[in-house]
Amino acid sequence: MADERIPFATHADSTVLGADEIVLNMGPQHPSTHGVLRVKLRLDGEKVIGSECVIGYLHRGVEKIAEHRTYTQFAPYVDRMDYVAAVSNGLGYCEAVEKLMGVEAPLRARVIRVILTELQRIASHLFWLGTHALDIGALTPLFYCLREREEILKIFEKYCGARLTTHAFRIGGLQYEAYDELEKDVERFCQPFDKRVDEYESLLTENRIWVGRTKGIGILSAKDAIDYGASGPVIRASGVKWDIRKAMPYAAYDLYKFEIPIGKNGDTYDRYIVRMEEMRQSRLICLQAIENIPAGPILGKVGKVLKPPPGEVYHAIEAPKGELGYYIVSDGTTQPYRVRIRPPSLINLEAFDKMIRGHMVADVVAIIGTLDIVLGEVDR
Amino acid sequence: MANEPEEKQPSASSPNEPSAAKPPAAAGEPVSKPPAPAAPAAAKPPAAAAPPRPPAPPKEGPVALDNEIVKRYKEKFGPAILESWVDRKQSILVVARELLAEIAIYSRDEEKFDWLSDLTAVDWPKREKRFDIVLNMYSMEKNERLRLKAQASAEERVPSVQGVWATANWMEREVYDMFGVVFEGHPDLKRILLPDEWQGHPLRKDYDILTQDTAWVRENLGIESGQ
Repeated sequence: MADERIPFATHADSTVLGADEIVLNMGPQHPSTHGVLRVKLRLDGEKVIGSECVIGYLHRGVEKIAEHRTYTQFAPYVDRMDYVAAVSNGLGYCEAVEKLMGVEAPLRARVIRVILTELQRIASHLFWLGTHALDIGALTPLFYCLREREEILKIFEKYCGARLTTHAFRIGGLQYEAYDELEKDVERFCQPFDKRVDEYESLLTENRIWVGRTKGIGILSAKDAIDYGASGPVIRASGVKWDIRKAMPYAAYDLYKFEIPIGKNGDTYDRYIVRMEEMRQSRLICLQAIENIPAGPILGKVGKVLKPPPGEVYHAIEAPKGELGYYIVSDGTTQPYRVRIRPPSLINLEAFDKMIRGHMVADVVAIIGTLDIVLGEVDR
Repeated sequence: MANEPEEKQPSASSPNEPSAAKPPAAAGEPVSKPPAPAAPAAAKPPAAAAPPRPPAPPKEGPVALDNEIVKRYKEKFGPAILESWVDRKQSILVVARELLAEIAIYSRDEEKFDWLSDLTAVDWPKREKRFDIVLNMYSMEKNERLRLKAQASAEERVPSVQGVWATANWMEREVYDMFGVVFEGHPDLKRILLPDEWQGHPLRKDYDILTQDTAWVRENLGIESGQ
C-alpha cells in the first residue's frame, strides 16, 4: 500500500500514499465543476491534503485556428472561450487588433462598448452567483439571478441578434448602430437592479449556512494572489486594489466614476461580497453611460482587408473573471502570426491547490465556484 | 518605462520617467497617429525595412529604446541585455536565455514587476534560435508593463521562472505542450491541455493541421482523405 505511487509530482514530497490516504477523482463529469474539469483529490479522511487539476477536455486549439484565419475571421472564435461573457472577450480582441493597427474606435462606439461590456459583467456575475449558491446548497438565488440575466440577454438579442456568442463588436468600432430603445432598455434594467442585488444579499449575506460554508474557506493572501497571478475579483478580495479599468483605462472607462470594491480576508465570502459590489458598480457605469451617448460614427477608418504592420502588442482588459490579455504578433500579412490568449480562468484556477489544502471535500465545490471558472476559457 | 503612456498612468510612474526617453518613443511611434486613410499605410519607417512575406523576427519593430530602465538592466546584466525597443508604446527587452531566471528575480525584486501576466512563446522556424519565450510582466506598484524575451533553439533548454512567480508553472507547461520547449528546473513539466500520448507540438509553425487531419482519417476511417 505504501509504495503505490500516485502521480502528484507537483508536490514532490507527497508521491507516496500514506496508510490513511485515498485518492478521489472528481469530474470531469461532476455537476459542480462547471464544465469538464477533473480534479484529483488526495484525502486524509475528509480532509484534502493535495490536489491536481486535469484540464484540456475542451481544448479546441483556438490559438492555432487564429493563425489560419484573417484578423476579422478570427473575431467570432473568441466569443466561444468564456461563453458566459462573450462580449468582454470580443472587446479585448477588437481593442488588441486596433492597437496593433494604430486605429481607435470612435467615441460613440467606445461608449456603447462600455455599456454592453458592463451589462455582460453583470450577467456573468449573476450566472456565477446562481450556480455558486446552488453548489453550496442555496437553490433559490439561481432563479432570481437567471431572471435578471435573461433581461440582459434580451438587450443583447435586440442589439445584435445573438444572446450568448454575440460577436457584438467589430475591429474598429461596432457593426450595428444602437437600436432606438437601447438607452431605455438599459435604464429599465438598471434602475431597479440595485434593489435586486439587495434581494440576493438578503438571501445569502447573513444566512448562517452561507456564512458557515464560505467564511474562512479557500483563503488566498494578497502575497499569494500576486504570486499566483490571480486577477479580477479573486485578487481584489485578497485586498489588492487593482482593476485594469482604473489602472490602464481602455474603451471609455476613464469617463465614468466607479469604485473598486476590495475584500480583507481573501476567503470565499469576501469574493462573494466583492462580486456583489461589482454588480452595483457596473450598474452605476451603465447609468452614467446611457445618460450621454455621444453622436457620431460607430466604425473607425479600417479597411475591408486588415493588414497590421509587423510588430506585436499585448493588450489586457478587465473581463468579469480577471485580466484577459491578448498577445498578438503580426508579420504584416492578413493573418495573425501568433495570437496568445491569456485566460483569467486558467490562471485563477492555478491557485486552487493552494486554496483547498486543509479543507474538507465539501469545500471543493465552494472553491471551484468562487474562482468563477469557465472551462471553455480554461482549455481554449 | 514609458511602457504604455497612451494608457493614463498614475503619477507614480512619472518621476521615474526620464524626459529624454519620451520624445523618441512618441515621435518614432508611427501607428499612434489618428488613423490614416488605409490603416497599414500608417507604418512608414518600420514597414519599409520589413520584408513583407517571409516572417522575419520582429526586430524591425518601431524604435530602439534606451531609457532609465534599460540602463538599469544593462548596468546590472551588461551584455545579457541583447536588445531593447518600443513597439506600440510597449517596452521590450531581449535578454540572454541563460540568465533568464536571474533577470526574472531582479525584475520582480528590484524593478517591482511582481505580477507575471503571461508567459508564452512564438515560433520563428527560419531563425537559428527559433523560439521566442515571451514574458509579459506587470508592476502593481508602478502600474507599468514590461516584456522580456529570450530566444532558444529547439534543443536548448530555458531556465524555468516557476520559482520566481508561482503562476509560471502552468504557463510553462502550456509552452512545453504547444511548442516543445523544455524548461530547466520546472518541477512537473508535462502536457497540460493535450493528452499525454499526443504526438508533436501543435503551435509550432511546421505542425500542419491538414497532415494531422488526414492521418487521423486514414487511420480511423480507412479512407485516403476527409477533405
